[in-house]
Amino acid sequence: MRYFFRKKSSCQIAKDRLKILLISDRVNCSPEVMELIKADIAKVISKYMKIDTGNMDIQIQAKGSKTGKNRTPVLYANIPILDIHTK
Amino acid sequence: MENESKQSGCEVIVVTSGKGGVGKTTTSANVGTGLAKLGKKVCLIDTDIGLRNLDVVMGLENRIVYNLVDVVEGNCRVKQALIRDKRHQGLYLMPSAQTRDKSAVSPGQMVKVIEHLKEQFDYIILDCPAGIEQGFQNAIAGADRALVVTTPEVSAIRDADRIVGLLEANGFKQMDLIINRLRMDMVKRGEMMSAADVVDILAIPLIGIVPDDESVVISTNQGEPLVGSDSPAGIAYANIVQRVLGKEIPFSNLERGISFWTRVSGIFHRA
Repeated sequence: MRYFFRKKSSCQIAKDRLKILLISDRVNCSPEVMELIKADIAKVISKYMKIDTGNMDIQIQAKGSKTGKNRTPVLYANIPILDIHTK
Repeated sequence: MENESKQSGCEVIVVTSGKGGVGKTTTSANVGTGLAKLGKKVCLIDTDIGLRNLDVVMGLENRIVYNLVDVVEGNCRVKQALIRDKRHQGLYLMPSAQTRDKSAVSPGQMVKVIEHLKEQFDYIILDCPAGIEQGFQNAIAGADRALVVTTPEVSAIRDADRIVGLLEANGFKQMDLIINRLRMDMVKRGEMMSAADVVDILAIPLIGIVPDDESVVISTNQGEPLVGSDSPAGIAYANIVQRVLGKEIPFSNLERGISFWTRVSGIFHRA
């Protein structure tokens, strides 16, 4: 049974890639704008805790719905916290 | 015969895709020919100025005298540029110019030509060039509805999604999807997106699935559209024509490329 779970089919890979790709295409958000958003988020969070700005990552993705018909994009931010007790 | 058509006037359909080489011209030729075979008066217009191809796919390349640019520039009357396809009653082609570029025609001029042709035809099919620049703008300017052609590949689907967005922004209400060159064997193996996957991603109504079929190449070689023949693609195009006319034709398993096994393996892969 485990055999079935091991390898992702190329069809599934294509679907996964397209879902992420089309969301960013649709919102028409340029990498420059994403960088600006990232910098602003970092600035705000830094007021309250020490974060690893070099390793933070933000991206726009599809909502995690199973139907796949959802065109609503969601902004995900992954921000490593170095010290939560600063200030 | 003409009064039989369900709509009072003429319907103008643009066939578009964004990406090149996915089958816009083949689709235009087959849908147009298929409609003519059912007794409709059809005008095919090649809007790809500088890279005309619809004439060769239709096998009418030796009969071109005037073209779309000649009409727009007033070198001839609209009627003079129309080539009558002798094999099918009521089928005409307006070829594009080969020695000019996209800027030779404006969207406004396109609309004028279409308005003129509307009085004489039941259907006007516009073969759109690849890309989203002026050629695309020209092709969509006078159209009422769109057939969006894609293949089950990431690049073609991405471009089709862009096109759908642009058509929506241009006020298109009716857009239907044609998935071209589907390979059922690959879908079964999980190595190609199924029609359902593509529809799921693009989220517009599906009007046709054309299987990858070598008879398309053969028919293009011969300059005779294969719609209505008993090859898989010929049947698929005949079904598309019926659906364009508003008839509800169920998708056959052949078209859909969905088998029992894909469904079962789909369940496993989802986990």
